[in-house]
Amino acid sequence: MDAHTLLDRLFPTGHAVASEDTYFHGSGTCRGATVAVLGTSEEVEIGAELALAMARDVLDVIKTAPRRPILLLVATSGQRLSRRDEMLGIHAYLAHLAKTIDLAKRRGHPVVSLVWSRAVSGGFLSTGLLADLCFALPEAEIGVMNLPAMSRITKIPLERLESLSLTSPVFAPGVENYLRMGAIEAIWQGDLEAHLDAAFRLPSDRERRRALGEVRGGRQLARSVAERVRSHERG
Amino acid sequence: MESPRIPVIAGVVGSGNLEILVEAEGPADHCTIVVVTAAAGFGVIWQAVMDDFVARHKPGGVRLSINDVGATPAVVSLRLEQAWDAFQGGSA
Amino acid sequence: MKPKSYYEASARERMAAFLDPGSFQEFLPPTDRVSSPHLRQLDQPGAFDDGVLVGSGRLSGHPVLAAAQEGVFMGGAVGEVHGAKLVGLLERALVARPEAVVLLLETGGVRLHEANAGLVAVSEVMHAVLAVRVAGIPVLVLDGGQFGCFGGMGIVAALCDAVVMSEEGRLGLSGPEVIEATRGVEEFDSRDRALVWRTVGGKHRYLLGEAARLVEDSIPAFREAAIGLLGTLPVFGLEDLEAEHARLQGRLERFGDCRESFEIWTGLGIEDPQALPLLETSAFLAQVGGKRG
Repeated sequence: MDAHTLLDRLFPTGHAVASEDTYFHGSGTCRGATVAVLGTSEEVEIGAELALAMARDVLDVIKTAPRRPILLLVATSGQRLSRRDEMLGIHAYLAHLAKTIDLAKRRGHPVVSLVWSRAVSGGFLSTGLLADLCFALPEAEIGVMNLPAMSRITKIPLERLESLSLTSPVFAPGVENYLRMGAIEAIWQGDLEAHLDAAFRLPSDRERRRALGEVRGGRQLARSVAERVRSHERG
Repeated sequence: MESPRIPVIAGVVGSGNLEILVEAEGPADHCTIVVVTAAAGFGVIWQAVMDDFVARHKPGGVRLSINDVGATPAVVSLRLEQAWDAFQGGSA
Repeated sequence: MKPKSYYEASARERMAAFLDPGSFQEFLPPTDRVSSPHLRQLDQPGAFDDGVLVGSGRLSGHPVLAAAQEGVFMGGAVGEVHGAKLVGLLERALVARPEAVVLLLETGGVRLHEANAGLVAVSEVMHAVLAVRVAGIPVLVLDGGQFGCFGGMGIVAALCDAVVMSEEGRLGLSGPEVIEATRGVEEFDSRDRALVWRTVGGKHRYLLGEAARLVEDSIPAFREAAIGLLGTLPVFGLEDLEAEHARLQGRLERFGDCRESFEIWTGLGIEDPQALPLLETSAFLAQVGGKRG
């Protein structure tokens, strides 16, 4: 599915989205309500400029449309890998974007993200994973790094990583595993408009997501370890 | 009455290194040693290093737990000495 | 006697020497053996503390919560348990209300050996840091270890109130080795140490305004700087983000076409940029006073 089709399915009653090359932003109508939309039309690498542009749009929504729901449709192959971006402090640009999304949530904007093709690493950390709730289409992929690069850096043979990808939820890039970990709330099929409408009404709670991960079996320890550190009695 | 001996940890888990945790446990004439290592096939050397350490220090009533990433016998012995020293000294 | 090098110290040594003597109380110490369930399948030995110690202590008498990552263990990278310890510490701050949370970071980011679990863990750390700051408690980062602070944890560092770095420290998103491995040595020669440090090292980050303090490589120097930052009030409102946005935008407008850090430093008004990497910390600070981005 391409971004145009996605927007049509999410907002069958209409949407007004301006596109700048691979980045689009604007609004759509969902069961009568106006929803702010930010996303990328293909799997872009997020560099300093794009992070800043997205942050600008989030800030503008906060300033001009109080409490308007925000939908993030960021498809990314990760952060831009460039010495120039590192030199300029790309980590700070992504952090800034993350802060704007956090501010939006605190100001009462429900924020939902939908992984519709691929979401990788730093780009995903600073957008989709910061939403109140994160959803995915069945064909989507979420990951940290491509396996050959992972193999080079960890010195684990590629064949070993490939075979682990098939059996271990920790490695496989499919959304199923993120669902099991509680990071993805649900996978959307069929009527996307209905799913979107329902999503903006769901309450969000981080502790619940962690509990979800435990119940679904994807993250057995995260919840209990955090709880033990939180409540450790001082001697 | 003997003061309780505080557990001690020495070393870090990294290439050519190991961490060793020393805890008071069990009867005074007993010592439990558990080694977890990625380097297979060195059982005989580990046994020799441990035999030497035990003979020298008679570490009774303790559990020694080790996570190793290919440390040489010299480094293993060094960490054992460091950990044992600290454990005896009663400091964490 | 020469003060202990921060760079060379282990996480435990740093924590013990950074806080008031004897004040550190560890949560989930090594004896609890809370370590990663995911490493065995890769024939990788775990660490009893999964590479991070967390606990409470005092900094010049002020109560703080603190964490220190052990870079030697898997590059300090964050896996499920490691991340959960950090998150638990930050969430504890919301109730315990220390004067600050201090994170002694040394990390490559997400632990690739735990891939998905690591990514979600770092995401949770990001959320937790934001929550602590919104509660009015500053989160301070110390960055001066061998492995630097990279990956998703580089983003975390930039979410915090202040980053204290030494010249030896590095801070960024993608490590030089990762960029070289994916884009080639022409893009970034990770073995050119001078190039690496001009790009992501402490002095450059200080000049850029991404590090709040630059200190000597000694634990007492880091401690002093952290004490000095204890009164920091977190800012996170719309006006604050607009100001930050303007600053970041200005940086791209002024330096977006620069190909080398020397050009940026010249642009900041430094007369002899080539000499900067060679200066001792105090001489460097004297030289660049008032010229940061």
